[in-house]
Amino acid sequence: MAQAVASPLQSGFLATLRQDRWWVEPALVFGSLSLFFGWLTISIFMDFGPIGHYKVEGTHFLTPVYEPTWLSAINADWEGAWYLSPAFIVLVGPVPFRATCYYYRRAYYRSYFLSPPACAVGDLGKSYKGESAFPLIMQNVHRYIMYVALVFVPLLWIGAIRSFHVPGEGWGFGVGSALLILNAFLLMMYTFSCHSLRHFIGGGLNCFSCTAFTRARKRVWDYVSIWNESHRFWAWSSLLGIVLVDVYIRLVANEHITDPNTWSHF
Amino acid sequence: MSETAKMRVFRGDTESGDWQDYEVEVEEGQVVLDVIHRIQATQAPDLAVRWNCKAGKCGSCSAEINGEPRLMCMTRMNLFEVGEQITVAPMKTWPLIRDLVTDVSFNYEVAKTIPAFKPREPEADGTYRMMQEDVERGQEFRKCIECFLCQNVCHVIRDHPENKPEFAGPRFFVRLAELEMHPLDTEDRLELARKDAGVGYCNITKCCTEVCPEEIHITDNAIIPLKERVADRYFDPIRWLGSKIFSRR
Amino acid sequence: MVDYERHDYDVIVIGAGGAGLRAAIEASAQGARTALICKSLLGKAHTVMAEGGIAAALGNVWPQDNWEVHFRDTMRGGKMLNNWRMAQLHAQEAPDRVRELEEWGALFDRTGDGRILQRDFGGHRYARLAHVGDRTGLELIRTLQQHAVHNGIDVFMECTVSRLLKDGNRVSGAVAYWRESGNLLVFNAKSVVLATGGIGKAFAVTSNSWEYTGDGHALAYWAGAELIDMECVQFHPTGMVWPPSVRGILVTEGVRGDGGTLRNSDDKRFMFDYIPDFFRAETADTIEEADGWYEDKENNRRTPDLLPRDEVARAINAEVKAGRGSPHGGVFLDIASRRSTDYIRRRLPSMYHQFKQLADVDITAQPMEVGPTMHYIMGGIRVEADTAATTVPGLFAAGECAGGMHGANRLGGNSLSDLVVFGRRAGLGAAQDAAAQVTGPEADDAQVEEIFAEMRAPFGREDGEGPYDIQRDLQETMNSLVGIIRTEHELLQAREQIDALKQRATNVSVYGHQQYNPGWHLAMDLQALLTVSEATARAANIREESRGGHTRDDYPGPNDTDWGTRNVVISQGVDGAMEVSTSPLPEMPAELKELFEE
Ligand SMILES: Cc1cc2nc3c(=O)[nH]c(=O)nc-3n(C[C@H](O)[C@H](O)[C@H](O)COP(=O)(O)OP(=O)(O)OC[C@H]3O[C@@H](n4cnc5c(N)ncnc54)[C@H](O)[C@@H]3O)c2cc1C
Ligand code: SF4
Ligand code: SF4
Ligand code: FES
Repeated sequence: MAQAVASPLQSGFLATLRQDRWWVEPALVFGSLSLFFGWLTISIFMDFGPIGHYKVEGTHFLTPVYEPTWLSAINADWEGAWYLSPAFIVLVGPVPFRATCYYYRRAYYRSYFLSPPACAVGDLGKSYKGESAFPLIMQNVHRYIMYVALVFVPLLWIGAIRSFHVPGEGWGFGVGSALLILNAFLLMMYTFSCHSLRHFIGGGLNCFSCTAFTRARKRVWDYVSIWNESHRFWAWSSLLGIVLVDVYIRLVANEHITDPNTWSHF
Repeated sequence: MSETAKMRVFRGDTESGDWQDYEVEVEEGQVVLDVIHRIQATQAPDLAVRWNCKAGKCGSCSAEINGEPRLMCMTRMNLFEVGEQITVAPMKTWPLIRDLVTDVSFNYEVAKTIPAFKPREPEADGTYRMMQEDVERGQEFRKCIECFLCQNVCHVIRDHPENKPEFAGPRFFVRLAELEMHPLDTEDRLELARKDAGVGYCNITKCCTEVCPEEIHITDNAIIPLKERVADRYFDPIRWLGSKIFSRR
Repeated sequence: MVDYERHDYDVIVIGAGGAGLRAAIEASAQGARTALICKSLLGKAHTVMAEGGIAAALGNVWPQDNWEVHFRDTMRGGKMLNNWRMAQLHAQEAPDRVRELEEWGALFDRTGDGRILQRDFGGHRYARLAHVGDRTGLELIRTLQQHAVHNGIDVFMECTVSRLLKDGNRVSGAVAYWRESGNLLVFNAKSVVLATGGIGKAFAVTSNSWEYTGDGHALAYWAGAELIDMECVQFHPTGMVWPPSVRGILVTEGVRGDGGTLRNSDDKRFMFDYIPDFFRAETADTIEEADGWYEDKENNRRTPDLLPRDEVARAINAEVKAGRGSPHGGVFLDIASRRSTDYIRRRLPSMYHQFKQLADVDITAQPMEVGPTMHYIMGGIRVEADTAATTVPGLFAAGECAGGMHGANRLGGNSLSDLVVFGRRAGLGAAQDAAAQVTGPEADDAQVEEIFAEMRAPFGREDGEGPYDIQRDLQETMNSLVGIIRTEHELLQAREQIDALKQRATNVSVYGHQQYNPGWHLAMDLQALLTVSEATARAANIREESRGGHTRDDYPGPNDTDWGTRNVVISQGVDGAMEVSTSPLPEMPAELKELFEE
């Protein structure tokens, strides 16, 4: 059997013969992820300062980062400690959901772990066990988090719909509320296009045609499969969506801008 | 119409090797393999290259063109700028034999370790019934032409050859997924997928899918579903409990 | 004495296409110690390129279909030159072999009720080709390959057989070399199966790959076996014509089977002008009827676009000659205007891919340009139908390198079924024959040494000619003088040129060393190429009629009473020169003859 030689095909970190600008994609992903998640981290704790209000008092006009509002209901006195936030609810569902998402894994393994930074470009690290060993073997929990994340879909819809109703003034329409609907939709699509969900719905079956139930599952699976093909799109659009909506609502809640709407309250 | 292409081809064997530059006439519509053949016929009769069908059907002519893993016979020269230097190198992940030819026997060894298809009993008339919707997933996987480009690009073994004994590689995840989803098959290969084939090593960075000339959705349709099936079995206590309870029925 | 590896087996199978794999599986299942040898990597053989399907009268789509109809179609397609017994066994056993593939994991396209779907193809009365989109050969070879790896067969890949060894008049093994290292090997075997495929590389425009240098034909011939019907070469009507570098690459007949039509530069469906009397009764003569036939086969006759290949190839040739061709010297094949984009992409994915990537043509929007390409050799090693035994004891042959099954013209889809039907029979025959040998063959060192010396001779020649030019000139000769339309004058010219090329080949020299040296490989392949080219040219010269794939301009019609009753036989005389003779066709039994009295 042949032995490898010292060929011009070098090994090692960043070794490649590629001549295109392969580093553009990981660099962009690195920048965007850092920006968006950086903002969201700040947002979770930011109930002070010029855009500290995350909600218009007396309405359900609330940034989706803080949805649902149960935590504040349980403990109304969050202001006491800066390191506690009603937004911690996102740590139960949305944050780990994205952290273990098959798409985000691809994105951050490439752009943060450089493992590998791009195809046919040497990866970082001496030894590599991937997701076969601790800690990354924990990525297998994605499916549970998906179950939890599913709960957030109706909650966000309810929140978004409630924002069309201002107590004392009744139903109306406003741009901010429409944005909340868009946000709920994007988040729903992101969740519904999840790989684990696709598996749960029908991917685990070997026979689609066997019973009426499996045939029904196949029909749903077909849809999930179509959405799943654009999982990356939903991942980015829903992330961008939540950041923009968060910023918008804070700007409105802190009266830097006015939301064009049919109510007189704000 | 003909132009001159600047080709930089790796020439070497198990002892030594280096780049060689060639200037070659290129005609309209030609692919990289044509140009390599022209070098062979006019300048370097002993230039070693593997190919068969010249139509993207056999998966023999895999190489790295300008650093990107591709089939030489399906890479048209008009993809490149006129006058651009084009490098052609053998696949990196396999031991070199000579010039553009590598020893891909790793893949044939792995193929042997995958338990054969084991069908259930046929219908009363001795034949099988399968519905189109049930074979479609498998048909996608069976488009594989075994070019081993996905195996070659996968960083798990490309950058870490020491993983080779523990990792079957994307081509064989495709094969495992195909067998696991086969409506007639009765064999269980999940333990193999998890342990010996090492599906956990894959970090779904999708380079395999990017290079697959057959456009098989290797990660989305084969590897992730396999990971999910493995998770069903080994990482899902709820399902495990459910199966314990319901199998008692 | 040079160093070489030595291996002992009961059965060695040379060639790992459909026929070789099936033979090895069978031999090993019979308990024979079996080796499988192939020139390229396992799973890359020519069979992988087959597109349209595998013909078998399963009757899943048309319950009226049965082996007798298939047999009749095959014989008529072959212009009655076929070995009737082979055609009969083939038609009878193909359905079982196809179902067996399914049992081994193949995933054919399905009918609505879950059975194997069948598609229309030229010359087949009913939709008969089991298929997987347009990559049926891949499915076949992968299924067999995956089945074989678990059967204890030893595989020697990238290992080329150069000569057969003989012990008395019996074949006793083979001499081969590793392509990788250039090292030599000797196989001792009780019996040998040849399954090396065809001779396409003797022609300039061909759908075949470099492997098709006629090795099996030549190995058998050198070992004393007879070749038959070598003049019967199939030119597939639809090969790509542009760009030049892909000229000859196949466009599957499935395009026409799924509704595509041929048109000339006047946008006319010209095939209606070329319906021969032989097929007039069963062919549609109006566009309405032809188009109606795809849906309703009971009340319409088949479209002339799907006449047997020889007819269509000649028609295209005539259109182009008459100045009604496409810009690049072919004709138009149009499916874009006849079927939906979705349908085309689902039914013909690799054609879509092939045109898109190689020619920048979108076949769902534009017509393709196509023209005839050398595709298949019907002729080959003479075998005994039931056992696939050649005329040399211990030597068996199956697949494209065997002759007789397809007569003067092969129907599409009949090759893949031929491979598995006769591959199995050859494996069985070889295993039984090996079991009947009490002692293994004796190795004959002198013979081996002589062969080694011949193989390495090109390295010693300092000022000889390189092999590439000789091959190119041979391909040009065969293409222009022994091509689709032949005449006595040109055939004689061809023979002269081949003689001259043989002379040049004795002085071929190669450069470099033995390790993976394509120049050297080609120098050795040239011997076989020249042998089969000579056989084809000579056989074509002697058959003074037109029949199937053999068309003589100077003898335009068939001559049923004379040439229609004989095979042309090629063999090596005692002096080493090629001998041409004829022998009567085997007589068909009365009950089968009745099938043709309609
Ligand atoms: C593009 C194309 C499309 C086709 N489509 C169809 C179709 O739809 N339906 C159909 O029925 N038929 C089709 N055919 C025809 C059919 O594919 C072939 O006739 C058939 O595959 C031949 O199979 P085989 O087993 O005889 O040989 P192959 O599959 O060609 O195998 C030959 C084997 O012999 C080996 N070999 C050759 N010489 C040597 C040597 N000296 N030493 C060692 N090994 C050697 C090779 O390495 C190879 O493994 C098609 C052919 C082509 C080219
Ligand atoms: S997705 Fe997994 S298998 Fe594919 S190349 Fe990346 S690490 Fe390898
Ligand atoms: S899965 Fe794709 S890339 Fe991998 S071997 Fe098969 S065809 Fe090649
Ligand atoms: S030569 Fe067959 S895939 Fe390139």
